[in-house]
Amino acid sequence: MSEAAPALHRRLRRRGRNAGAGLVGAAIVGLWMFAALAAPLLAPHGEAAIVSNTVFGPMSGRFPLGTDYLGRDVLSLILYGARYTIGLALAATALAAGSGVVLGSLAAASGGTLDAVLSRAMDTLISLPGLMFALVMVAALGSSVPVLIATAAVIYTPGAFRIARSLAVDINAMDFVVVARARGEKTHTIMFEEILPNMVLPVLTDFGLRFVFIVLLLSSLSFLGLGIQPPAADWGSLVRENIQGLGYGAPAVIMPAVAIATLTIGVNLLIDGFAGGRRREFADGH
Amino acid sequence: MNLPMDTETAVEVADLSVMAADSAGARRPIVDGVSFTIARGEVAALIGESGSGKTTIALSLMGFARTGCRIAATRLRVGRTDVLALKRRELAAFRGRNVCYIAQSAAAAFNPARRILPQVIEGTAIHRLMSRAAAEAKAIALFHALALPDPEGIGARFPHQVSGGQLQRLLAAMALITEPELLILDEPTTALDVTTQIEVLRAFKRVVRERGVTALYVSHDLAVVAQIADRIAVLRDGRMQEAAQTSHLIAAPEHPYTASLLAAAAPTPRAAPAAAEAPVPLLDIRGLVAGYGAVRSSGLPTVPVLHNVDLSIRQGSAFGVVGESGCGKSTLARVIAGLLPPARGSIRLEGESLAGRAAARTREQLRRIQIVFQMPDVALNPARTVARIIGRPLVFYHGLSGAALRRRTAELLELVHLPTSLAARYPGELSGGQKQRVNLARALAAEPSLVLCDEVTSALDTVIGAQILDLLAELRERLGLSYLFISHDLATVRALCDEVMVLYAGRRVESGRRDTLLRRPVHPYTELLLSSVPELRPGWLEMVPPVPAARGIAAGMGGRGCPFFPRCPHGIPDLCAREPPPLRMLAKGAEIACHRSEEDLLALQSQKSATAAMPPPASVSTCRELQCP
Repeated sequence: MSEAAPALHRRLRRRGRNAGAGLVGAAIVGLWMFAALAAPLLAPHGEAAIVSNTVFGPMSGRFPLGTDYLGRDVLSLILYGARYTIGLALAATALAAGSGVVLGSLAAASGGTLDAVLSRAMDTLISLPGLMFALVMVAALGSSVPVLIATAAVIYTPGAFRIARSLAVDINAMDFVVVARARGEKTHTIMFEEILPNMVLPVLTDFGLRFVFIVLLLSSLSFLGLGIQPPAADWGSLVRENIQGLGYGAPAVIMPAVAIATLTIGVNLLIDGFAGGRRREFADGH
Repeated sequence: MNLPMDTETAVEVADLSVMAADSAGARRPIVDGVSFTIARGEVAALIGESGSGKTTIALSLMGFARTGCRIAATRLRVGRTDVLALKRRELAAFRGRNVCYIAQSAAAAFNPARRILPQVIEGTAIHRLMSRAAAEAKAIALFHALALPDPEGIGARFPHQVSGGQLQRLLAAMALITEPELLILDEPTTALDVTTQIEVLRAFKRVVRERGVTALYVSHDLAVVAQIADRIAVLRDGRMQEAAQTSHLIAAPEHPYTASLLAAAAPTPRAAPAAAEAPVPLLDIRGLVAGYGAVRSSGLPTVPVLHNVDLSIRQGSAFGVVGESGCGKSTLARVIAGLLPPARGSIRLEGESLAGRAAARTREQLRRIQIVFQMPDVALNPARTVARIIGRPLVFYHGLSGAALRRRTAELLELVHLPTSLAARYPGELSGGQKQRVNLARALAAEPSLVLCDEVTSALDTVIGAQILDLLAELRERLGLSYLFISHDLATVRALCDEVMVLYAGRRVESGRRDTLLRRPVHPYTELLLSSVPELRPGWLEMVPPVPAARGIAAGMGGRGCPFFPRCPHGIPDLCAREPPPLRMLAKGAEIACHRSEEDLLALQSQKSATAAMPPPASVSTCRELQCP
């Protein structure tokens, strides 16, 4: 163990340059996560409670971020909305990236027919326009949280699959995988023991990007009125509902948009900091 | 920046240090107080293992320091230029004009998307030295001087259309076209086969002598350097150990490190344990045909690589497979390991027939054959600790866990002479030699009977490679292992193996016991290979008779005749091109595949050595005329 400590220290040092940006990202994301989890405790007012007579009210001591088109407290709405936006996007991204990575490395590790079938199936999915597909799904199955998660996951799986497969094909050709094959290892061992640990970083970066895309997709669905249904509201629906307030410069329309922006920037900073640090570490090794 | 012209010394380096900042931010020298001069028209050599700072010194002569490094020197002069005083723009004008650099990998130095000639003359255009037509004429003159085939036409080809040895010479033309004051050659022949290396060395030497080029030759290979350099400087850990005239340094090395380098350059055969005579050979291969691509109706793969290979490895013996790159030696290892199913032929392990695919073999069969690859960098999973890498076969084959697993892992590390504290490290934190030991330990964890060693020392320095050879010899004795040892390097095969097979274009051309085969080769190809290994004495290069150029190993494969015929100095024009050579048992116990009889070949050999210093024998030119159908 005495050997491991300086090694870890070295590793942290190497990470230094990007650590600043990464920490800022982690702070932003952490803050929003906390807001989502602790919304009932933090929110000054109820989720859908109409608490003011003024619509599109300005920022004030009582309503820190103003009021919306019904006279609800915007801060409370954003805090509660964080649960939908972050929760939904996180679940959908995890699904998309998870299935993409597993299927992608399976395709690469087994090759042959299975690879061809999986790849062509993903090509078919990738050819569907995302938003159009989402509209069809919501129209057919109605808008509910599981349907939204599944739709977003289906739309973003092929991209994750493509990236994972191309990474896995490269790793699959390396000598340590060949040695494992010669040893007689089964496909799943080769996948999880040899290939997957070596693609964690690019896959994580991809995860961050995809998370942002899914937040935007869900927000645009909500903006069209097909996302989370009232009275519950995610950030996208908050922007849509209060769009008339734009003319008055009401915080009700600006603040949810700012929330979306900070979350996406935060996630990107976090991933960049992480990936950048590790990449240098790899470069040092050579 | 212009210093007074000194007609005698072209390069002057005094107290050169290059400092690198390591990951923790601490500065340490990678080159420490090195001083030397190179006289005009002299070839100086820097020699040392990787990490000795030889390339760093060479690069600092171009005013180039790798990221995070700083150059400091009391004097760093090339021609009339004080390199350290140059500004960024002046450096750009200086590099490629006053100093040119020939890298190890010519393939990486050429743009694959452009034709060769424009790339060769690019330097003259960048530095505005001459008109395009003049530059092209000059390039063609250089192609002539470098003994390139078809000097007028070769420039119109793309880099992938010429061989590695030719590309290396084209790179030399690219460097020489601006007539630099200093030419730096950084391991220019390391990646080449021995037979190609001779051609390239010969061309380099001729052009350097004829044009009076001042050159700095960087290499780890003393025998190569001895052929071309006037003076040699030995480096270790960034410090100069010894510098002397080539002949003097080789005859009477003063520094013990130089002596150890000399010793490693000519490895001595390791003692072989007496092999127990078992009635059944450990591994027996008959009529093996294998290759890549779809299998055609004839039952042969689209790209056949191995043709009718027979071999038999006795219990406890080390079997060497030698040949140039592309001869199929690695394919042979892949077939035996079950990674590439053979198209035809049988593989038997102690009489038991082995399935072609690893998946169809029993776990016991898989356990008994283990493979060790050449590149230690990619042979170990970078995301797993050493303990886990070595532990996996222990879990997989022997079902060990907990304390037993840890104990056995530690034992294996000790077996390959690594400290057990390395167990927690990742491969990225190990040196090349350490990685190769871990690589070996993983194979040994399975407790195999046969270890397939695919060029296991090629990626390592001579000294480290010699240590690995010692380890292999020791393990063989302690564990009764058998090896299939694949290498392009005859010296390492000679050091370890008791039986040797020579492969050419996927065919066995000669096989037999080490001593007889490597001391008195019979087959013309074995003879060519042996005579191409650089010897550690100046003047050797001039003594080797010129060899017909390899025109791609595939040249002879289309027809049914002998594949070596196009390069063979003793070919029989009609017969060899038409008929596959028969196998002949020799008096000394070896086997060759050749149309000529043993007496014939030996007679031709002695004739040739008598005329070694003379122009090529007539039979060579006959072969050249006849090879193109």
